[in-house]
Amino acid sequence: MVSTSLLNVTEVSKSYAANRVLTNVSLALSSGEILALLGENGAGKSTLIKILTGAVRPDAGTVMVEGKPILHGNTALARHLGVAVVYQELSLCNHLTVEDNIMLGREQHRYGILDRQSQRKIAVEALAKLGQPESWLDRRVSSLSIGQKQLVEIARAIAQNAKILILDEPTSSLSQQDVSQLFDVVRRLQAQGLGVIYISHFLEEVRSLCSSYLVLRDGTVAGSGQLQDTPPRELLKLMAGRDIEQLYPARKPRQGECRLEIRALSGRPWPDNISLTINRGEILGLAGLVGSGRTELLRTIYGLDPQRTGEVVIDQHPRKNSQNPAERIRAGVAMISEDRKQEGLAQSMSIKDNMTLSNMSPFSLFGWLNEAKRDQCCHALKEKFSIKAFSCDAPVWTLSGGNQQKVALARAVHQKGTIWLLDEPTRGIDVGTKAELYRWMAELAEKGDSLLFVSSYFQELLATCDRIAVISQGKLVDVRPTEQWTEHELMQYAMQGRV
Amino acid sequence: MLRSLITPLVLSAIYLLLSLLVYGGYCLDLGWETRSSSLAGWLVGLVILFVSVVVLKKHIHAPRPTLIRWVSIKQADQIVSILGPMLVLGLVVSLFAMADAYRDFQGNFWSLPSFRLIMLQTSVVSVAALGMTLIIVSGGIDLSSGTALALSGVVLGLGLEADLPFVVAALLCIICGTLCGAINGTLISLMKLPPFIITLGSMTIFLGIAKMIATDGGTVKPPAGSIPNWIADMVTLFPDPAWIAYPLLPNMAWGIWFVFGLAILAAATLNRTVFGRHIFAIGSSESTARLCGIPIARTKIVIYTLAGFLVGIGGVFQFARLSQGDATAGVGLELRIIAAVVIGGASLSGGRGSIIGTLCGAAIMSVIKQGCTALDLGNQLEDILLGTIIIAAVAVDQWRVRSQSASPN
Repeated sequence: MVSTSLLNVTEVSKSYAANRVLTNVSLALSSGEILALLGENGAGKSTLIKILTGAVRPDAGTVMVEGKPILHGNTALARHLGVAVVYQELSLCNHLTVEDNIMLGREQHRYGILDRQSQRKIAVEALAKLGQPESWLDRRVSSLSIGQKQLVEIARAIAQNAKILILDEPTSSLSQQDVSQLFDVVRRLQAQGLGVIYISHFLEEVRSLCSSYLVLRDGTVAGSGQLQDTPPRELLKLMAGRDIEQLYPARKPRQGECRLEIRALSGRPWPDNISLTINRGEILGLAGLVGSGRTELLRTIYGLDPQRTGEVVIDQHPRKNSQNPAERIRAGVAMISEDRKQEGLAQSMSIKDNMTLSNMSPFSLFGWLNEAKRDQCCHALKEKFSIKAFSCDAPVWTLSGGNQQKVALARAVHQKGTIWLLDEPTRGIDVGTKAELYRWMAELAEKGDSLLFVSSYFQELLATCDRIAVISQGKLVDVRPTEQWTEHELMQYAMQGRV
Repeated sequence: MLRSLITPLVLSAIYLLLSLLVYGGYCLDLGWETRSSSLAGWLVGLVILFVSVVVLKKHIHAPRPTLIRWVSIKQADQIVSILGPMLVLGLVVSLFAMADAYRDFQGNFWSLPSFRLIMLQTSVVSVAALGMTLIIVSGGIDLSSGTALALSGVVLGLGLEADLPFVVAALLCIICGTLCGAINGTLISLMKLPPFIITLGSMTIFLGIAKMIATDGGTVKPPAGSIPNWIADMVTLFPDPAWIAYPLLPNMAWGIWFVFGLAILAAATLNRTVFGRHIFAIGSSESTARLCGIPIARTKIVIYTLAGFLVGIGGVFQFARLSQGDATAGVGLELRIIAAVVIGGASLSGGRGSIIGTLCGAAIMSVIKQGCTALDLGNQLEDILLGTIIIAAVAVDQWRVRSQSASPN
């Protein structure tokens, strides 16, 4: 009997101290299959991947690659057997060339002297399998776009004879163009007999690419099967464990006076001469591709990046060009950073510290902290945002992505923000939390706050915003009420000026 | 209500244990033949401490914490983090003490004078290390603290030479240290250069200035009688037991109690004030701190200035120990200061560190030094041991961090 089964995971369980992360999870992957691994944050996906790569030892169960077991604590063996992971955070050496990066870790050499010729041969072969040109090889990785970098990383996995490719949320920071290129590559690899495990929060994407699915919920397999047989609503239900009535809340537009006005704002190098207004009770969407200057615009408004010319007017008062976020915070501006890990939260500090960092004054008497009061306040915020954590003293890195985002939001609420700069707030967040987030944004707008919502996922902009502005190469392309936009048009405008 | 008393209760228990030890030593001073029994008592105490740490740790990570009615997780966590460094210190002391016992206590390591010497040697390093802890927690480093300390000592000596009263000269010394710190802090936050480079430069500059102003071949000897007795008492090896609430507190030179006081202040600053939270935030993630509107430049200047202030006090201690200002006395001292902080469990990449750890780190270094001297092992072995401990401390720390980050997220 010829078995095409590549990967067999049987009854794997894992717990960390009190925390059961995985319970009896089984999974099978055959060659040429693209399996979607779905689940909310904290469902156990990352732990499962770590077990597949041999980085984490399961408490029970086995992992077999083509009938050979993976020994745990031995990532080299798993790699040798053909398991390769491309993580969301890329692990490339920016200063080296594409070729060097592809060959990193398995340099061809004779007595320690590099054998450039055979190196190049292997690298060219790997790129060819991806359908990418050879001309790339001598470019420095730092000169590539994020999408291209991802392809380099996949090429590295291929060059190392990967049979099972695990892609961990590969599209969350890609532009649509890069996404379709990535899909082409993945399909090409599928045709060559690779097994692919694909992790993503975008269901549309999963449906267009993958053949089968496995949904994890609270560490157990909530369901698996063929994607064609399963309606999207059913998938959502499996992931959340309950019926998600409506991903996007219904809202009535409510317009008040102008809260935030940007007059001809320019920075270095972006934004480039942008003027915008946001009114009370309004959600203004900011559509643009990654690298279009959206983040820079928010950072300039918030005083994190230098402001070259122009003016920021908050509540009819022109504000000083002082590059001082503290001043903006006092004026009621709150920003949720797109980079949750590095900038949004201080990962090694506790939930409590992160929630209160920007506004300590309610607990401080001449600089001395009233810890009891701080505990109380944080506990209330934790309940309000239903943050899943053991206690408010737990460091933030122990939380899942969605819960981390909630901590960042809780901080903004605590600092009494009324003008919100949300930079990709839904990135890397599970569906259940996303629905919560949209509902909560609608509530804020209802209350009279003003929101500036940046996203590269245009559907969510169309569903939640009152008006949408499109930005490309640091310039404002157009602003219109949401009804007057289509997704296609948004894409077209966002790409405009690119090619 | 009762719960909140647990941490102080445990701490006072530790204190009692320590003072019993010192009292035991005091008895030895009087020539009582109880050394082995006091050592046995100490070892039993250490084992109890060790067991309680293990139990608490298990408790924190247990699926269903059973002690929960008695200790909250947070308190257990606090106690473990306080007891951890103390345990290591106790272990090092025990090793030397047992080696001493093996030789029938001929080395006199297990005796009160020996512990007094250890405490005194610890004091200079730990005063400066308190400030260094603030700096390292904020993600910085100060290589100039050693030479700045020596420079302050030289200034004190010069002040006395110029017939200033001691208090004024000591004030000048502290001001000099504070200024050195302020200069470092200002350069680091205004020029936005790495602290390593800035303080590497200022380390050499301070050394040069000290040599330049010290007239007498790098040292300044104050005129006879210009050092008052109370300053000599600050760091004396033979304190008069009557000066403080003895026998409520063990009789040690008042300088040592002064250091303890400063340490409590520093720990309170680090853990209980807004400024302290800002220090941790900057060390943990500077960009997050910026996003949260924390005045980074100002905070950094204050951190380095405070550290400089403590270095100035360290200069007074050093001067009291040496009875003279010595421009080159601080060379290499900065590394001992940094080592104390690192052995104490602080992370050089910032965001982690504790005052109690730093004190234990400084004490561990002195214990090794005194132990090697008492047991006649020579200072070659001392250096090797110290180096090994530094590497071990960082390795254990890294291992702990790694085993933590393997948990789910």
